[in-house]
Amino acid sequence: MSAQRIDDTVMENIEILAKLSMSEDEREEMRTELEKILDYVEKLNELDTENVEAASHIFPLENVFREDEVTNGDAQEEMLANAPVKKEGQYQVPKTV
Amino acid sequence: MEKQYETVIGLEVHVELSTESKIFCGCSTKFGGAPNTHTCPVCAGLPGALPVLNKQVVEYALALGLAANCQINQYCKFDRKNYFYPDNPQNYQISQLYLPICHDGYLEIQTAAGPKKIRIHEMHMEEDAGKLIHDEWDDCSLVDYNRSGVPLIEIVSEPDMRNAQEVIAYLEKLRLICQYLGVSDCKLQEGSMRADVNLSVREVGSRELGIRTEMKNLNSFKAIARAIEGERARQIELLEEGRPVIQETRRWDDNKEYSYAMRSKEDAKDYRYFPDPDLPPVRISDQWIAQIRNAQPELQEEKAKRYMEQYELSDYDAGLLTQSRHLSEMFEKTAAICQMPKKAANWYIGETLRLVKEEGIETEEISFSPEHLAELILMTDRGELNNKTAKEVFRMIFTDDVDPMIYAEEKGLKTVLDTGLLEETVAKVLEENPDTVKQYLEGKTKVTGFLVGQIMKQMKGKADPKQVNQLLRQKLQEAEEKA
Repeated sequence: MSAQRIDDTVMENIEILAKLSMSEDEREEMRTELEKILDYVEKLNELDTENVEAASHIFPLENVFREDEVTNGDAQEEMLANAPVKKEGQYQVPKTV
Repeated sequence: MEKQYETVIGLEVHVELSTESKIFCGCSTKFGGAPNTHTCPVCAGLPGALPVLNKQVVEYALALGLAANCQINQYCKFDRKNYFYPDNPQNYQISQLYLPICHDGYLEIQTAAGPKKIRIHEMHMEEDAGKLIHDEWDDCSLVDYNRSGVPLIEIVSEPDMRNAQEVIAYLEKLRLICQYLGVSDCKLQEGSMRADVNLSVREVGSRELGIRTEMKNLNSFKAIARAIEGERARQIELLEEGRPVIQETRRWDDNKEYSYAMRSKEDAKDYRYFPDPDLPPVRISDQWIAQIRNAQPELQEEKAKRYMEQYELSDYDAGLLTQSRHLSEMFEKTAAICQMPKKAANWYIGETLRLVKEEGIETEEISFSPEHLAELILMTDRGELNNKTAKEVFRMIFTDDVDPMIYAEEKGLKTVLDTGLLEETVAKVLEENPDTVKQYLEGKTKVTGFLVGQIMKQMKGKADPKQVNQLLRQKLQEAEEKA
């Protein structure tokens, strides 16, 4: 099977979107792995889907609703319990503009 | 010849829905709670949490879509819009891209050149993000997820507007519809209505669209108008200098009256939308649509038309009364009780709106009981209050919601209906002003105004002018007969 090629532009774009910076070695390793994944998924293209409607959900479920009611109370302490850093009831994160 | 430019504007408007709970979880949507007190694993984006759609959100979206003449996608679903930002805890926003709930509608606005249709491209349901506060002290940012998951409807217009007036007319129309439907209170200052302006310029006569910019951070109609003027001037200047307009998002600074580029190339828009597997699709039956359609309340235009027919109000008055659902409801209550719709209309259009302006409040904040105004109108009609005192009493109704009956009694403002006292006073005034009476007898009937004034003064304003006039005329006639 012919290997999918992920060129440098695509790699760079993925890094930007994923907010990752990689060394040259890491980038090559990642490229090889991503290409393997694409090859694996490529197998699906062997199926003839000409007359099959595109599906976004695999379960035969529709219209799963809840009524407009407030069912949750104040769980501030519990919610913040796992925050690495917190301040005055808020999650503290690096300065973001 | 100098080039003539035309501005082309499209809007993306977000309205926050007036539901009790969030779009995908049972947390409260109340504004102003202590940070993170209205959060749970779903709206804080914890792994494994499962969102479940609030049915009311779908119904509000349908109501708004129908009111804006939209087509309904009877099979619609949610998609994930991926981006990293701390106010977005899942690293994706649940929105609708491929099958938004409503599409292809329009709103009709009034312009100087007559009515104009502004087409609506689509409306979709989505969740709001949290709030970031920048902490100068620790040089960090603090995140509050209370707003995360509050339901929004985004209304995307076609680029059909040409100036700030049209934009504001469109926004006002949309706001009025939302308020009448009870879908959102649409307060720009508080952020429950937010408008992003997409603007480009092109030479008059050109059919192609210019490169557009998107402006954010517009939180009043005035700011929107200034931002449109400012951005139009900036783009024309670039084109005149032969420089390109760059497609980018700009943040309007209303103090400096200038917009600044917001996003750098690094944040190139690539949201990698894909269907949200956690949320099953929504199928909207004909029956459900009919049900929503039948439950639609009377909207502004219909209501104004009814006021003109039922209450014989002018086009202008009916328009003013229906500019706010709140005001129209108060008016209808007052009119129903006192059975004098024209008088009720005059009190709301005249004194009420004058005091709203004077006190610097919003029409929505008027809080007196319509029953009290009805009582005031009835008292005036019975001659228990004259027009001048009625205005004084109304001011107290407006500010303190006093009961006019009790207030007038306590303050001794009621008209003296004791004819004995009034008769005495009229006789006394005539006696004190023999020259004026002489003038009257000589045919100068205008002097009665002076005499009425003197009588009212002696009665300390607590007389019914109608009654005073009647008695005065009677006494003068008697004097005439004697002479």
